[in-house]
Amino acid sequence: MSSESLILFFIVGAVFVGAVLIFSSLVPPKSKNPQKSEAYECGIPTTGITWLQFNIGYYLFAILFLVFDVETVFVFPWAVVMKELGMIAFVEIIIFFVILGLGLLYAWKKHALIWE
Amino acid sequence: MNYLLIIGITLFVVLSIAAGLIWIERRLLSVWQDRLGPNRVGPFGLFQVIADTIKLFFKEDWVPPFSDKPVFILAPGILMVTILLTFAVIPFAPDFYVFDSNIGILFFLGNSSLGVYSIVLGGWASNNKYSFIGAMRASAQMLTYEVFMGLSLMGVVMMADSFSFRAIVEAQKDCWFIIPQFFGFVVFFIAGVAETHRLPFDIPEAEGELIAGYHSEYSGMKFGMFFVGEYLGVTLISAIIATLFFGGWLGPSFLPPAFWFFLKTFFFIFVFILLRASLPRPRYDQLMSLGWKLLLPLALLNILITGAVLLFLK
Repeated sequence: MSSESLILFFIVGAVFVGAVLIFSSLVPPKSKNPQKSEAYECGIPTTGITWLQFNIGYYLFAILFLVFDVETVFVFPWAVVMKELGMIAFVEIIIFFVILGLGLLYAWKKHALIWE
Repeated sequence: MNYLLIIGITLFVVLSIAAGLIWIERRLLSVWQDRLGPNRVGPFGLFQVIADTIKLFFKEDWVPPFSDKPVFILAPGILMVTILLTFAVIPFAPDFYVFDSNIGILFFLGNSSLGVYSIVLGGWASNNKYSFIGAMRASAQMLTYEVFMGLSLMGVVMMADSFSFRAIVEAQKDCWFIIPQFFGFVVFFIAGVAETHRLPFDIPEAEGELIAGYHSEYSGMKFGMFFVGEYLGVTLISAIIATLFFGGWLGPSFLPPAFWFFLKTFFFIFVFILLRASLPRPRYDQLMSLGWKLLLPLALLNILITGAVLLFLK
């Protein structure tokens, strides 16, 4: 079976989802009420705007994520052919992991892995 | 077999399992909590699913005027489409699959990363503080669990020499990968629970803290899509665990291969529901440090040990 079936599967799935969204926007009854246009927040009017700038506690996690996600991209192609490449590539991967492990250890000791 | 038929059957089976899970979960939870659960509509309350679907279809689909409307409408669709699309590369039986991709695992990982956008965008577009916090939590959870979800599967890829789900199942003829890849399985299972935002890792939803988290402002069928999308995710992760670690369709030949596949898948679906019934929700920083300090080093060690053993045996 070729990739046409995958494209067809995507189209059928997307059409199904689209049809459900269109159906639910057209068929059910609608009513208007001023209270419905307030954000749902325990009955108390909301204070200030939601879309504001704020300090994200996991900024360092995001940087670490970038490092390790790129690392996984390097591991993927090695994993699939590792038996053919043999010992040399394995030693190289060990060196690669050791460097990354040291990086993780450094972040750990610097308390970057603690949520603040 | 005609592939149009296969596409139709795959979509039908997957969607009816996901919808049926709503009933299964409610019944099982009630058994474990010593109560009856839904038992009024039809035999054993089985038609509850149909009643709920009809109700959701005819509920008002409220798009809040303060929300970012196009993104708000698109977000539940992204979730459904990305999860449904992943089922295309999973073989239900030796000759029953939509697309035998030679990069099946990469396709699954890519789609699951895209699925996070639906939750982050949905929470952001809702313009509600609870939804917003839910979306931020979802993205932080993704940052942690995405990394070693891929790494935990590399042991399997190394043993099967392929990213294709079909080739991986065939490589398990002699021995299911759960035995040599036990740590890979543990890490992937925990990452899978976090990926589908199921209890105990349902921190983006956390109904006790955030109303309904990222879908607080959703109603009608858009809420229904997030709801069914969660169950689709559970089915998907269970199917992938069954395929990669428990031999997929492999089993004694007196029953058809698809039976064995669904038996294993349902076993893991029940484990997901049992987890919800038995475990409390961890605190946020506990979840993050579990991921970075325990599961990531475990996944890396698993790759190195698997590689060393494979090269030694060669």
